[in-house]
Amino acid sequence: MPIPDTIPVLGISWGDVLFLVLAAVMLGSALLVVMLRDIIRCGLAMIVAFGALAGIYVMLGAPLVAAAQVLVYIGAIAVLILFAVMLTQAKNAPVRLVFQAQALPAAIAAIVLAVLIGLTATATDWGAVTKRIATGTDALARLLFNSYILPFEVVSVLLLMAVIGGIFLAKRDGRDA
Amino acid sequence: MSQSLDAYLVVSGILFAIGSFGFLARRNAISMLMSIELMLNAVNLTIVAFGAFLPALNGTASVIALMVMAVAAAEATVGLAIVMAIYRNRRTPLVDEYDSMRQ
Repeated sequence: MPIPDTIPVLGISWGDVLFLVLAAVMLGSALLVVMLRDIIRCGLAMIVAFGALAGIYVMLGAPLVAAAQVLVYIGAIAVLILFAVMLTQAKNAPVRLVFQAQALPAAIAAIVLAVLIGLTATATDWGAVTKRIATGTDALARLLFNSYILPFEVVSVLLLMAVIGGIFLAKRDGRDA
Repeated sequence: MSQSLDAYLVVSGILFAIGSFGFLARRNAISMLMSIELMLNAVNLTIVAFGAFLPALNGTASVIALMVMAVAAAEATVGLAIVMAIYRNRRTPLVDEYDSMRQ
């Protein structure tokens, strides 16, 4: 028996449902990242948000970006942040307020920003097509290694500099060790 | 809904706003870095969404998104190293206690 195109009772397509679920998971866990008191849980919620975003990338027809999202963000950046959390959060540190005094103005500013972005994005005619276009990995590789070979190499130099700079900044000073 | 550019733009706008709220409101330096990562992800989602819905940008958007990811990785490395270096001197990750240049 074939699966129908739309959900029988609700009448919305499976793609919409998937998009709504992924967006809700991503935005909900992003809210947890900024609201939770325990910073380790913030980091774990961030991993969930990144994973849901990778799913949205797959929906947008960019599987290579989704794979890079999982590898770079979940595999590298989130783990790096969790390590930094474990190295810097002292157990006996006083558990005081998580937020700055400006949290309320910041919340108002963020809501205003979201409304502004939403209004602007929906009011502008982007000339978008109504059907998503997938990006093939083959075409992407051709672009990356033909037209964009110089930025690609510059990024590798940038990463090398970041590695050296990170080691330099984080290493203990030899004098007081 | 999943076939319209606006839905993705609105979602990424909300994600960016959440990240900016976290950056402005949290006291912990690492929380602020996490919020920066959220904002970078929102921008990446915008770029990929434009690439999926505008034919002229189709392949280029993915290239830009990959570049943004590489720069975000570099930024996280250096940012966390700076946080570690400050933590070693000041013994606190809370940014409002980094006030020695104000005194």
